[in-house]
Amino acid sequence: MKTAVIVFPGSNCDRDLAVALEAVTGIAPAMVWHADTDLPEGLGLVAVPGGFSYGDYLRSGAIAARSPIMQAVVEQAGRGLPVLGVCNGFQVLTEAGLLPGALMRNAGLNFVCRDVALTVDTAGSAFTSRYAAGETIRVPVAHHDGNYFADAETLDRLEGEGRVAFRYGEPVNGSARDIAGILNAQRNVLGMMPHPERKIEAAHGGTDGRRLFEGVLDTIAA
Amino acid sequence: MKLRIFVTLKPGVLDPQGRAIHHALGSLGFEGVDDVRAGKMFELEVADTTTDEAIDGMCRQLLANTVIENFRVERA
Repeated sequence: MKTAVIVFPGSNCDRDLAVALEAVTGIAPAMVWHADTDLPEGLGLVAVPGGFSYGDYLRSGAIAARSPIMQAVVEQAGRGLPVLGVCNGFQVLTEAGLLPGALMRNAGLNFVCRDVALTVDTAGSAFTSRYAAGETIRVPVAHHDGNYFADAETLDRLEGEGRVAFRYGEPVNGSARDIAGILNAQRNVLGMMPHPERKIEAAHGGTDGRRLFEGVLDTIAA
Repeated sequence: MKLRIFVTLKPGVLDPQGRAIHHALGSLGFEGVDDVRAGKMFELEVADTTTDEAIDGMCRQLLANTVIENFRVERA
């Protein structure tokens, strides 16, 4: 499966994602610069990495969401291409309008950097198909602005449509309804604050993140 | 033409930074502060021909995230 990682000025988890994608797919991803206007042909997944794109100026992810390459990502997402946004990537996807809501400063004001328990809320997406609904996994978080906010109506809709992918199993950042990751209505776009790419091989202290990428690979192989 | 654009959190949106500032004012001994909400202010120098529609677009598409923020435009 061919994959791509978007690289913005200030991205710092792009390499982690590239290593994880190569480990799972066997093919090094294309690293696509923010100023490019087109994605490579034949992709099975686009990943938007963590970091501090544009120094978090204005709002986390706000400037990156208006960069030239994101127009191509939004267009391809609309055609069904799987798109994964991790951490700052999740912030970029909400700012780009691909996912509802916003990520605000952590309720405790501190940067939170540790392994956390996550509950898989739905197995009904390519990203979560290799997990069981209700399963608890451990994946690290590393963020300052991970406090998910949306109005009550939007939260009800996300829950009603089974679009909450992951919830925190412990207090982390004050997120509404403990939401750690959400899907779009088509279920081909996932945004999440925790870093699955940092739990790929045993040397990482766990492999709970690996199945997320394998699930996307399954859909291409199928 | 000079514009001042004020971006503030919508009522009901939790503002941990405002709360921390509120707490710090209390620590300094200032009493009677009931609440603090933090926001942003942008000063723009724009052409006199800039339409209200364009200014509204700048606010909605970039300066404010209307999921969580309101904005108000002042012409200086």
